[in-house]
Amino acid sequence: MAAPDPRPAIDAVWRMESAGLIAGLTRMVRDVGLAEDLAQDALVAALERWPVSGIPEHPGAWLMATAKHRAIDWLRRDRLLDRKHQELGARLEAGASEAQDPEEGEIGDNLLRLMFMTCHPVLPAEGRVALTLRLLGGLTTDEIARAFLVPEATVAQRIVRAKKTLAEEKVPFEVPRGAELNARLSSVLEVLYLIFNEGYAATSGDDWVRPALCEDALRLGRVLSELAPQEPEVQGLVSLMELQASRLGARIGPSGEPILLLDQNRSRWDHLLIRRGLAALERAARLGGRGPYVLQASIAACHARAKAAAETDWPRIVALYDDLAERLPTPVVELNRAVAVSMAAGPAAGLELVDRLVTEPSLRNYPLLPSVRADFLKKLGRTDEAREEFRRAALLTRNARERELLLSRAAACGREGPPDPGSEG
Amino acid sequence: MKFMMLVIPKGYEQAKPGTLPDPKMVENMMKYNESLQKAGVLLALDGLHPPSMGARVSFSGGKPRVTDGPFAEAKEVLGGYWMIQVKSKAEAVEWASRAPMSDNEIIEIRQVQDFSDFPPETQKHLGDFKDKQSPPRK
Amino acid sequence: MRVMVLVKATKESEAGQMPGPELLAAMGQYNEELLKAGILLGGDGLASSSQGARVRFEGKTRTVIDGPFAETKELIAGYWIWKVASKQEAIDWLKRAPFDGGTEVELRRIFDLEDFAPAMTPEQRELEQSQMKRLHDRKKNPSP
Repeated sequence: MAAPDPRPAIDAVWRMESAGLIAGLTRMVRDVGLAEDLAQDALVAALERWPVSGIPEHPGAWLMATAKHRAIDWLRRDRLLDRKHQELGARLEAGASEAQDPEEGEIGDNLLRLMFMTCHPVLPAEGRVALTLRLLGGLTTDEIARAFLVPEATVAQRIVRAKKTLAEEKVPFEVPRGAELNARLSSVLEVLYLIFNEGYAATSGDDWVRPALCEDALRLGRVLSELAPQEPEVQGLVSLMELQASRLGARIGPSGEPILLLDQNRSRWDHLLIRRGLAALERAARLGGRGPYVLQASIAACHARAKAAAETDWPRIVALYDDLAERLPTPVVELNRAVAVSMAAGPAAGLELVDRLVTEPSLRNYPLLPSVRADFLKKLGRTDEAREEFRRAALLTRNARERELLLSRAAACGREGPPDPGSEG
Repeated sequence: MKFMMLVIPKGYEQAKPGTLPDPKMVENMMKYNESLQKAGVLLALDGLHPPSMGARVSFSGGKPRVTDGPFAEAKEVLGGYWMIQVKSKAEAVEWASRAPMSDNEIIEIRQVQDFSDFPPETQKHLGDFKDKQSPPRK
Repeated sequence: MRVMVLVKATKESEAGQMPGPELLAAMGQYNEELLKAGILLGGDGLASSSQGARVRFEGKTRTVIDGPFAETKELIAGYWIWKVASKQEAIDWLKRAPFDGGTEVELRRIFDLEDFAPAMTPEQRELEQSQMKRLHDRKKNPSP
């Protein structure tokens, strides 16, 4: 390719090929840290050669062959070869002559194994997120740090520790089977949704949304959906992410202020993503899915199908939350269920449910609890209490935009007055 | 970032109504489409019937004028598109380079405008109409 | 059937100029009507060609040229995808679009599965069917 500055093109190829490369190398050397080092070595070689020779026709195969050759050179130069290195060297030399693209199915299988590895429950959540974004997402340490608003050194440390733990725990490079599969798959889905959520409703920082993170999570989810097409919860998660992502363009106003779902301009929703989300949900249903991600996606689908907020099928959403609360009886689900109940049956009904949650330890620092409670109180005309709750919520959030919104809602609570007309129903 | 990869097939401006793509080409395309899908970057794709089956509408002087295809003066026409989600224009270019195209065919890469790409004033105007329609939320 | 409505570029769109507030509002209203009528399946504006590129294919060679591209008449600035009963229905809707003087729009029919049938082997058709179903599964789910 005759491009003036080859670096962006090479970076692009790296983003496209690195996950498959690292996955293939991990299969060979059985150590994800070593695999990444070898892959980085190959990138260095590419940065030297490709500006002169052009990007090869099969860049993935070129990188793999280069990584293998450099590994062998590196092992030969090391005079203190121990038995393990000798075996490794022999294995590498045996496979080094292959310079064509590996089989389609093989790449997919390796990627799936790598995903299960980087999302292993033995790692802490932030370690799983960092390692997954790094090895599968192709993000640099700096990009991950900026996405999560932590110092680069912190992310680097999380990645180093994660690799060390995987080696120490001798986590095998395989796709789990049988009874283990469900739990391990849950762990993968949890990581992907964590990444997505950080982009969709940022917990800290100045921006309400970080769409690039949503895109990263969505892409990995779609990849997983191709690798595990028979898993309904995978389809459910992809559906949920597509449907939520469809609203990203409507979630923030011109000055970056958050706009709540029911206030959003629905013509700004991305209808292509909605169609994709509904299609994924249908695939999940065909696979018999009724798990938590499928249920959450079904709720998101109810919103997506309503042409206007007033047309939302609230009773159906309540029924779905009832199911979800059975599968996933967490305080957060209960809180969201209360909101749905209030829309279907009035704020008093919602408040009754929320009041049962105020002593929940896990919700103690969760801004959504006081803000939901405040909303119900305001609708019931209890404006002084509403103002207090909005202020409490504003103190709890670490996100600047959310804080501004909550403070303005507090300020909008005038003096104590009659209940809002129509709030009874 | 979303990009359209617009396919400009050579000579398609002259294709007769009912022209269908060559089966071998279809097979190569499907393999390429699968690769986009497996990489998690494919959002949508479509092929278009030739312009001889289409029409043009010209808006000038308040009265729209309709002309049926084909269009004699057209030198390049759209044959189809992919919409992909990637991190950079360079990545879109790399994907386009891997498409199974024939000699002298062109893929044009164009970035899809996000709502947030518009300046705040424009965003405000785009919001104004809808906000007037829905009742204010208390 | 589905159609793609291609809005051709103008000097202004290529210069990155935004339409004025009245036109924007009128467009918003038009889009609402398309949505309500169940016609609108999608649509986007495209950034000017100065932010784009072209890849030319010749044998194994790929030549990349950065935009902008001179032939404004051949470029598109945006598109819609509509679901209509006939070409005439699309034309009727198009005539009502609030476009300014000088805008050119091209209407093209989109290939759907049935159109492909004669050219494909049974295996190809099956694969295409599963691909298309995944990408265009809109029949069972009404357009929002």
